[in-house]
Amino acid sequence: MSAPAVPAPLEYVVGQVPAAGAPRVISYAEAVREAMGQAMAADDRVLLLGEDVGVYGGAFGVSGDLFARFGGDRVRDTPISELGFVGAAVGMAMSGLRPVAEIQFSDFTCQAMDQIVNQAAKIHFMLGGAAHVPMVLRAPGGSGTGAAGQHSQSLEAWFAHTPGLKVVMPATAADAKGLLLSAIDDPDPVVVLEHKLLYRTSGPVPVEPVRVPLGVADVPRRGTDLTMVATGVMVSRCLTAAEELAAAGISAAVVDVRTLSPFDAATVLGEIDATGRALLVQEAPRHVGFMAEVAARISESDTLYRLLAPVRRLCGLDSPIPYAPQLERAVVPQVDTIVAAATALAEVG
Amino acid sequence: MSDLLDAAPARPAAHPEWARGALSTMWTIRRFEEAVDDLFGRGLMHGTMHLSIGQEASATGVCLALRPDDLIASTHRGHGHCIAKGAELEPMMAELLAKDTGYCRGRGGSMHIADVARGNLGANGIVGGGVPIAVGAALAQQRLGTGRVVVCFFGDGATNEGAFHEAANLAAIWNLPVVLVCENNKYGMSFSTERSMKVATVAERSAAYGMPGVRVDGNDVEAVHAAATEAVRRAREGGGPTLLEAVTYRWKGHSKSDKNLYRTREEIEEWRRDDPIAAFEAEVLRLGTLGEADVAAVRDAARDAVRDAVRAAMAAPDADPAVLLADVPAAVFSRPLGSDLATPAARRPATGGAVR
Repeated sequence: MSAPAVPAPLEYVVGQVPAAGAPRVISYAEAVREAMGQAMAADDRVLLLGEDVGVYGGAFGVSGDLFARFGGDRVRDTPISELGFVGAAVGMAMSGLRPVAEIQFSDFTCQAMDQIVNQAAKIHFMLGGAAHVPMVLRAPGGSGTGAAGQHSQSLEAWFAHTPGLKVVMPATAADAKGLLLSAIDDPDPVVVLEHKLLYRTSGPVPVEPVRVPLGVADVPRRGTDLTMVATGVMVSRCLTAAEELAAAGISAAVVDVRTLSPFDAATVLGEIDATGRALLVQEAPRHVGFMAEVAARISESDTLYRLLAPVRRLCGLDSPIPYAPQLERAVVPQVDTIVAAATALAEVG
Repeated sequence: MSDLLDAAPARPAAHPEWARGALSTMWTIRRFEEAVDDLFGRGLMHGTMHLSIGQEASATGVCLALRPDDLIASTHRGHGHCIAKGAELEPMMAELLAKDTGYCRGRGGSMHIADVARGNLGANGIVGGGVPIAVGAALAQQRLGTGRVVVCFFGDGATNEGAFHEAANLAAIWNLPVVLVCENNKYGMSFSTERSMKVATVAERSAAYGMPGVRVDGNDVEAVHAAATEAVRRAREGGGPTLLEAVTYRWKGHSKSDKNLYRTREEIEEWRRDDPIAAFEAEVLRLGTLGEADVAAVRDAARDAVRDAVRAAMAAPDADPAVLLADVPAAVFSRPLGSDLATPAARRPATGGAVR
């Protein structure tokens, strides 16, 4: 992967840009806040807790005015104690509340991993169904902000590899709201991996609390030559790449996985069936990443017989995220590298 | 005699019902764990388990200070807590025997027995893992205004885990209705408290969090009960958390692999002479609260109850692999390709329900 000379824009407009009179447009961060605000207004059991979510408004400004609206009991600042407050969220969820725990950077989930993996994920199963853990863990991941190795990772495969956790990666403002509302409703623990770059992107979002069901992939663009399957911030990059590819005469579909667990294999495989070529794009490192699972699902299914070319993965390098902007850009897929990979794939078979 | 009468109201051991209840719980725990040890030794029980024989007074004394609707979080050495909180013996034994009728339907075993309906949020296989959960449960009680108190049991080893310290701090700053009960049995597996802590007691660690720390003889069920009653009262009245250290000793090894290489036979024998059950029996006989026949009846009833539980559990159906994934979220992840969304497993109603 070569390092493009031009810095990537920090803001991506995802999905369809609304015409005049079309739905309201807000940012991804505002959409997350709106989902939490509507859930808290509708249900006293819902509360938000995390570091600096209160008067500060959240490390990325996501909780914003929720503290002013709902007060410190329900928008609860915690000490810098990820293990403690995520575990407290598990206990709250077992005892009648619906906590949303915010981790400032998804990297910090490492501090809380026992409570996420050994406790939240397993309690319903290990107790033979006697208790539920209806909690949400929100955490922004991803690179692109110059935050270097401990503040930029994409750790979704860890969570998706843990039975008992549901894992979503909203790629649009509408999904940031709709998936979070579904996550809060869900009787089981849901890890919502937001993306730092996406917080400032905007898109049409229903004013009403419209749920986006967990476990259903989205197909924001259909095509005939190849299918790009993407997660998180890669969805918007694939959509931008698809525009460039179209100009070059290549018709590319884009599938947004949205929910990694449970995985909507039917939609993803169906869209690959339709084109016969699969380009699997993720920001996370390639080795044992989520797209390896998608590739395996393809190889285990009849979709294999419909392929016109070998499956191609375009992933982050198997490297920590570096600091220097040109290095950071080089380590994860960018629009130009997606275009190049898609063009090469479209020529095969 | 007049001294005794004067003292009676203040001493629970002088009340026949209380004495009988405490003795019954301690004997039931002892007999249950002896039966487990025996079944294990005979190869009739698989997996692993951790016995609390010798520690019965702490579980019993603490749980006697609770209301039925109060909550507890337990540990890997949790049979005693479970019984003291009122669990039924048969589904407990069935769980250990990997039966479908077990509390966890064979999915949890000894380290994950819970009885959510009776307020036991569960044993825990992770040292210190239950402490943040108990603190969160206490926050829920505070927010929901239930008036319930949460007790969190853990061992001395857990107080060297970050989870304990983070959770203790949260409990303190939020003034939560939780009692942190450290059953200090002197060893985290083989590592003694003398080697694992620079401070002399667990209780003094409370100072770091601005909460009261109390140390009691964990083999004296009355002393444990008195300290727990005070801590529970404080928690229920909005006075916040307490760290209660009950000093005790486990007679058996950490688990079945333990060869006791880290302690002497003499040390074990010395502690066995400090048998919490024998001491309490002697005390109630001395006080005249119960007679020899009463004490024998309690003992026999515990033996019979455990024997009945073993018999019924042995006859129960085994946990069935064919329905392994029924009614658990894991089902979503393990169905054949393409059928992830085929059933509404993710939306099924609660079977047992969370504690409300």
